[in-house]
Amino acid sequence: MIQFTEVKKTYDDGREVLKNINLEIQAGEITVLIGPSGCGKTTTMKLINRLISPTAGQIRIDGEDIAKSDPVRLRRKIGYVIQNIGLFPHMTIARNVAVVPRLLKWDRQATDRRVDELLALVGLDPAIYRNRYPAELSGGQQQRIGVIRALAADPDIILMDEPFSALDPISREQLQNELIRLQQELRKTIVFVTHDMDEAIKLGDTIVLMRDGAIVQTGKPEQILRHPANDFVKSFIGKKRMAGEQTAEELPTVDEVMVEHPATASPTRGLAEAVKMMEKRRVDSLLIVDKNNRLQGTVSIYRVLDQFGEESKTVADVMKPVEHVVQTGTSLSVALQLMSEHQLSNLAVVREDGQFVGLITRGTVVSHMAGMYASDRTGESNHVAV
Amino acid sequence: MLRSDWLANYADFWRDRYADIGTAALEHLTISATAIALGSLVAIPLGMLLASNRIRWLHTLVFTIANIFQTVPSLALLAILIPLLGIGVKPAIFALFLYAILPILRNTYAGFSSVDPALVESAKGMGYGTVQRLLAIQFPLAFPYIMSGIRMTTVYIISWTTLASLIGAGGLGQLIVSGMGVNKEELIVTGALAAIVLALVADRLLGALEKRFTRKARTVTRETSYV
Repeated sequence: MIQFTEVKKTYDDGREVLKNINLEIQAGEITVLIGPSGCGKTTTMKLINRLISPTAGQIRIDGEDIAKSDPVRLRRKIGYVIQNIGLFPHMTIARNVAVVPRLLKWDRQATDRRVDELLALVGLDPAIYRNRYPAELSGGQQQRIGVIRALAADPDIILMDEPFSALDPISREQLQNELIRLQQELRKTIVFVTHDMDEAIKLGDTIVLMRDGAIVQTGKPEQILRHPANDFVKSFIGKKRMAGEQTAEELPTVDEVMVEHPATASPTRGLAEAVKMMEKRRVDSLLIVDKNNRLQGTVSIYRVLDQFGEESKTVADVMKPVEHVVQTGTSLSVALQLMSEHQLSNLAVVREDGQFVGLITRGTVVSHMAGMYASDRTGESNHVAV
Repeated sequence: MLRSDWLANYADFWRDRYADIGTAALEHLTISATAIALGSLVAIPLGMLLASNRIRWLHTLVFTIANIFQTVPSLALLAILIPLLGIGVKPAIFALFLYAILPILRNTYAGFSSVDPALVESAKGMGYGTVQRLLAIQFPLAFPYIMSGIRMTTVYIISWTTLASLIGAGGLGQLIVSGMGVNKEELIVTGALAAIVLALVADRLLGALEKRFTRKARTVTRETSYV
């Protein structure tokens, strides 16, 4: 386990790159540090192998303060993979992979055996590749060597600084999959720096989101997707990824679903008129709205027909008061809950000042849902086609 | 007729004087080689030192001094050295050594600066100590630059060594100076030719040496396109 306690880093020119970092990196997990460039993710990583030393605070590996260890010896115990691969062009592949074992003065046979074993692990035939030079390999092959070079002396901790970002998308995908496969066997503590959210979600057991030298949110990928801590996290995750993880507040509001001009009648209308209007609009009830556009009540066709013989009556006499309304801006889920709880076939939407604006019916909800589903489907198939 | 006469005489001259010519060439080579070796010994570590830090004023200072040595006319430099170091081989070597510093220094500096900083950091991150990193990573990568600096320096130091005979250091310049004194063309031609041949051979040898050490890297760059 790697622990950061109140770690700060300020450069000589006064630039504060890390502000009070507290972080625990669990053993045997891939922890992804992610954030926009300049957020301090690489700096945080380089603190672990002391390529950068903190201005204040403490970093402990398995309880031991690394500031007290010899940096050269510490680094030999920590695997390191950098973005531009960093293979030494004047050394063969075997020599490159054997760098740390040689620094640790392993015996020659053990080193050679280890090199062959590692080459085989990433699917490169040792007999062919052992004596080649880095420039003779493709980018993807080179970064495979970069990864196994970090594994050579079997370190517990491996630091990877945007290791796949310079690769083409296909090689990147392959190497990500290989890393996942290797990690299932090896269970190393991997600290992985990236600016690619897809990569972070794919590889990370834990994601640490950083911004301006501070940690914004830490958590499992699922947790971060479902409960982004703030707008920055949301925007960083992106709308696309959140769509699949829609939360309550992401549901549409009643405004999007309601019918804006439902069948209404003024309270002074006669019953015959009401029947005629219902017939015309093909509805079974009318909302009674006064001249100030305030909702007075509702009448159904049954109540009207029941009293139809009494010519002097107006709809105001037969209407029922409206018991449930929702205000504009209410989430659809709240409205739906209300409707199912009280067995309502429709629900009026009013403004804050009581002005009537629209009506939600079961029909409008269904057609809205159908529209969303359809657009989702087309979106998906577009995506596949791309 | 005249020409074949001259050639016959020239062949006679070689028969009579080959031992002297050989001695002169050997002296010449010793002076040049010593100057270049000393120059390399000073300039390469200095170049490494400069490339490994960013102290601006130090860079400016060192390069300015090296530049000044470079621009003093060689004849004048030799003359200036007589009161300090007397005459003979020593001041000659010293003067040529001063000339050798700048080009080797420049190339070493360029070579070390050309090493990708990401590689250096990668090496550091994997646990190379400072000295190990310098010897196992930076030096091999800077080597082609350093060698080309040494080759270039060798060619012109061999040529300038002919002047050293003016302060009594001997060498092939001695043949030329004597030739001028007694108006004997053979001596002048021989001295010049021998110096040219010496320079060309030295250049070739160093080239072969450089190739031997960097052959692998060259093959690598050439084969890149196949992969």
